[in-house]
Amino acid sequence: MVASLSHLGRPMTNSSDILPGTLDLLILKAASLGSLHGFGVMLRIQQISRGAFEVEQGALYPALYRLEEKGMLTSEWGVSENNRRAKYYRLTRKGEKRLREQTDTWNRLASAMATVLDARPEEV
Amino acid sequence: MPMRFVLDRLFRRERLDHSMEEELRFHMAERAADLQRSGVPIAEAERRAQLEFGGIENYKEQCRETRSFHGIHSFFADLRFGFRMLWRSPGFSILAILCLTLGIGANAAVFSWIEGILFRPYPAVAHQERLFALTGTARGDPDDTDLSWPDFLDLQRSCTLVDSFIVTKITGTTLSIGDRAEVTTGSIVSANYFDAIGVRPILGRGFEPGEDSGRSAHPLTVISYQLWQGRFKGDPQIIGKTQRLNGVLHTIVGVAPKGFYGTFVGWAMQFWVPASMEEIFEAGGYKLEDRGARWIEAYARLKPGVTREQAQQEIAAVARRLEKDYPDTNRGRSIKLWPLWQTPFNNAKTLLSTLEIMLAVVVFVLLIACANVGNLLLVRSFARRHEMTVRLAIGARRGRLVRQLVTEGLILAAFGAAGGLLVAHWWRHALVLLLPARGGVAMHLAGEIDWRVLALSAGVCLIATLLLGLVPALQTRDLDVAGALKAESAGVVGSGRRAWIRSGLVVMQVSLSFVLIVGAGLLLQSLQRIRNSSPGFSTHEVLDTTVNLVAAGYDPQRAQNFQDELLDRVKALPGVESAAFARMTPLSYGSFSSTPIAVDGYQSPPDEQPIVQYNEVGPDYFVTMGIPLVSGREFSRADDEKSVLVAIVNETMAAKYWGGRNPIGERVQVKGRWMQVVGVAKNSKYQSVRETPKPFFYVPLRQNFARGPGLNIRTRLSPEAMTAALTREVHAIDRNLALFEVITLQEQVDRSTSPQLVAVTLVGVLSGLALLLAAIGLYGVMSYAVSQSTRELGLRMALGATPSHLLRLVMSRGLALTAAGIVGGTAAALASTRLLGYLLYNVSPRDPMSFGSAFVVIMVASLAACFLPAWRATRTDPLQALRD
Repeated sequence: MVASLSHLGRPMTNSSDILPGTLDLLILKAASLGSLHGFGVMLRIQQISRGAFEVEQGALYPALYRLEEKGMLTSEWGVSENNRRAKYYRLTRKGEKRLREQTDTWNRLASAMATVLDARPEEV
Repeated sequence: MPMRFVLDRLFRRERLDHSMEEELRFHMAERAADLQRSGVPIAEAERRAQLEFGGIENYKEQCRETRSFHGIHSFFADLRFGFRMLWRSPGFSILAILCLTLGIGANAAVFSWIEGILFRPYPAVAHQERLFALTGTARGDPDDTDLSWPDFLDLQRSCTLVDSFIVTKITGTTLSIGDRAEVTTGSIVSANYFDAIGVRPILGRGFEPGEDSGRSAHPLTVISYQLWQGRFKGDPQIIGKTQRLNGVLHTIVGVAPKGFYGTFVGWAMQFWVPASMEEIFEAGGYKLEDRGARWIEAYARLKPGVTREQAQQEIAAVARRLEKDYPDTNRGRSIKLWPLWQTPFNNAKTLLSTLEIMLAVVVFVLLIACANVGNLLLVRSFARRHEMTVRLAIGARRGRLVRQLVTEGLILAAFGAAGGLLVAHWWRHALVLLLPARGGVAMHLAGEIDWRVLALSAGVCLIATLLLGLVPALQTRDLDVAGALKAESAGVVGSGRRAWIRSGLVVMQVSLSFVLIVGAGLLLQSLQRIRNSSPGFSTHEVLDTTVNLVAAGYDPQRAQNFQDELLDRVKALPGVESAAFARMTPLSYGSFSSTPIAVDGYQSPPDEQPIVQYNEVGPDYFVTMGIPLVSGREFSRADDEKSVLVAIVNETMAAKYWGGRNPIGERVQVKGRWMQVVGVAKNSKYQSVRETPKPFFYVPLRQNFARGPGLNIRTRLSPEAMTAALTREVHAIDRNLALFEVITLQEQVDRSTSPQLVAVTLVGVLSGLALLLAAIGLYGVMSYAVSQSTRELGLRMALGATPSHLLRLVMSRGLALTAAGIVGGTAAALASTRLLGYLLYNVSPRDPMSFGSAFVVIMVASLAACFLPAWRATRTDPLQALRD
C-alpha cells in the first residue's frame, strides 16, 4: 500500500491545495477502499490522487474525529503492519450513503465546470 | 447516545486524550519510518517527522473541539479561570456583585410578593390554581357585592363543573382568655371549608356536613395554630374545651395546622366558626334564609381541567335561573368568578396595582444595576486588553474569548442572584410593615419563594448575564493583535466606540432614574392629596373608637341602656363637644347595610333593582362627624321605636330619586317599611376616598334594631388623652368591657389609603436606590475618563489652562451626559407615567411639579458625582503627566 514517495523531501503543503469542503469527501473515499489508520488515510489520498492532493496532518485528524462524531466513520484499535497499535477507521453505512451522494454532486459540479471552462467565444 | 458513552466522554477525558495522543504518536512514528526507508538517518527522520507534524497539543485541542462534550470541559475551564480573574480584583467583584444583588434582589422580592400575595396566596391549600373567588354583580353598579347564603346553596347544588364552593366571611371578636382581652380575626365558613381546601386539622377535626345549618345550632370552633400556641399555651388537651366567643360558649373541635392562615389575603385568621353561628358574629340578624342579605365571600374550586370561562358560563346560567325564580331579590344580579389575584374582597385587590407598578420599577432598577456592572466590566476589559490580545495571538478564537467573558458575567450574576434571593427572603415580610396594623389584628402578607420564583429569578440572572457578557464581548471585535502594545489614549471629551458605549450606559441610567423619581414624585403628591382631600366629614377633632357589646354578650336592651349611659358620661367630659354612635365608621373594612328601595313617583328601569347602602346612626351624628345638612334636621333622641320612621338622604340620592324636587316630607321604602325623609346631607366618602359620589342614606339606630358599636366623639383632645378618660367611663359602667383603640378620623383616612403609602414607599426607596446606582455609574465614568486623560489634562495645564478651566471642562462633560439622560428620561416618563393610573389621585401624569423636582434631584446628584473626578483633574501635575 505504500505509495510513490518521490515528493517526500519537501515540506507538506497546506490544505489550500485541496478545495475547501472536499477533504471529507476524500477521506470517505479513501476509507471506502478498506479500513485504514490516520497515516494510511493520508497516504491513500496521495496515492489515489497520484500525488495531486496532499492532506495536511493538522487538518486530517480533526476531520477524522469530526466524521467519526457524525457517525460517518467508525474506529477500532488494531495492529499495524509494523506491529504497532494503531487506530483503524472504517466507513459506516451512513458514510457510504454520504459518499455516494457527494460523489454524484461532485461529478455534476465537475462536468458543469468543465463545460463552462471549455466555452469558446464562437459558442456564446 | 447511550448514557454510559456520555458519562465516559464527560468524565474520562484523560483516557480519551491518551488515546488521541497514542494515535498521533503512531502517525509520527510511521512518518519517521517512511523517512528512514528513503535513506534519512533515524535521528534525523524522527526530528523531521516531529517538525512536520508541529505541536501535538495544538491538534489535540482541535480534535477535542470536534467532540460534543468539549463544550462542557471548556466551560469548566472558563469557570475556573473566571473565578481566578474575579478573585484577583476583589474591589471590582464586590461592587459588581453588590449592584447585581440589589438589582436581582429587588426583582426576586417583588416576584415573591406577587407569587405569595396574588398568584399563590394560600400555600397550605391544595391545588390553589383551581381556586377562584366569587362575588355578586348588580346591573348598573360597578362595585361587586357579596353573595347570599341561599344563592350559595343553589350554586352548590346546581354546578357540575365545580368541585366545591366554600364560604368565608371575615369576622372578629374580642377574645378574653385569663385577664387579657384582645381583638382577634376569624372566619365564618361553610361546613365543607377544611375538607374542600384540603387542610387537615392537626388536632381534632374540621366541621362536619350539616354543621353550617340550623340557627345558632353549632357553637363549634377550629382555632389556628398560633392561637393554640399563643393564647392556649399549646394545651394538648384543648379539644373539647370551651371558649366564649361573642358571648356564646363555643366548643373547640380542632386546631388548624401551622402555616395555615385562612383564605384572606392580608390578615391571619385565628379561628373559624360554622356559618350556622352567623347571627352571633354578623350584625343585621339571622341571614341564612334571606336571599336578599348579601354578606358572604366565597370561593369556587373548579374540577380538574375546567377553565374559568366554562365555569363562569355555568355559574351565570344558574344566576339567570335564580333571577327568574326570585325576582324580588335577584333582579339584575349575576355571579362572577375571579382569578385569585383579582380577588375583590381582600388585600389582593388593593395591592394589585401597586405590585404591577413595582414590577416595572424593579426591571428599571435591574437595568440600571446591569448598566453599572457593564461599565465596570468595560473598564476592566480595557485593563485586560493585553491579556485578550495575547490569547488571540497564540491562537484562541474570538468565540472562545466571548465565551470566557460571558462565563465571567455568569459568575457575577450567579453571585448576584444568590445574594438577591437572600435579600428577597429577608424582605418577604416587608409589606406587612408598610400596611398599618388595625387595632392589633394580626397581619399576614408573606412573599413566597417557591420554584417559580426561583426559576424567574434565574431567568433574570441569565438576562443579566447576557447583558453583562455582551458589553465587553463587543470590545473583542476591535481588538487587534498588532495594536497590543500601542498606547491607548482617550480625551476627556471621550472618543471611540468604547467611550460611546460607556456614555450610552450612563445616559440610560440617568434616564431610568429620572423616570423612577418622577414616578415617586407623582405618587407622593397623590398620597398627599388623597390624605388631605376632604372626605366630606371632619378628619380632625373627631375621634373614633369601638365598644363591641356584641362580643361582650350584651342583649339588645342592655346594649341600648349601656350606650345611652356612656353617651351621657362622655358628653359630660371636659373638652367633648358632642358624641354619637353609629353602626359603621366610614372608610373602614366591613360593609354598610344595603337595601332595595322604593320611592313614590320614581320608576326604576325594568331590569334594575335600586339598591342603596345606608348607615344606622344615633342622634347628633351629623354634627359630631361634621357632615353638613343641606336642608331639614338631624336625628334626635325623639326618633325612637315609638315615633314615625325617618331617614336622611344624601344629595346624590335626592337628585337621583326625587329629580330636583325637595325630598323632605317624601317617603322612601326600606326593607319593606316606609320612612319619611327629614333631611338632606352633603355627600361624603363612605367606603373609599376614591369613590365617586353615590346614593346613600342614614336611618336612626333606635328604629333599626342596630347596636352600633362605633363611637364618634367631637373633641379637641388627643386620642391618648381621650383613651384614659373613655376607659374610666366604660369601666364605671361595666368593669369587664374592653375599649378598642381610639383614633382620629384622619388616621382612619390614612389607613384606608395604605396601598398608596405602600406604593410611595416602595417606589421612593427603589428610585433612591436607582439614583445612587446611576450616580455611582456617572462617577465611575468620569473618574475613569479623568484617569485616562492625564496626558491631555497635563498638556492643557502646560498650555495655560487654569484649574477652574479644567474643573469646568470635566464638569461640563459630566453634565452633558446628565442632560442627555434627562432628555431621554423626560420622554420616557411622559410616555409611561400614565401607567400609574389607579394610584394617581388628582395629579396629572405630566405634573410639572414632579418633573421639576426630578430634574433638580438628578442635577444635584450628578453635580455631586462629577465633582470629585473634576477636582482630581485640577490636581493633575503637568510635568508628571507629560513625563509619563
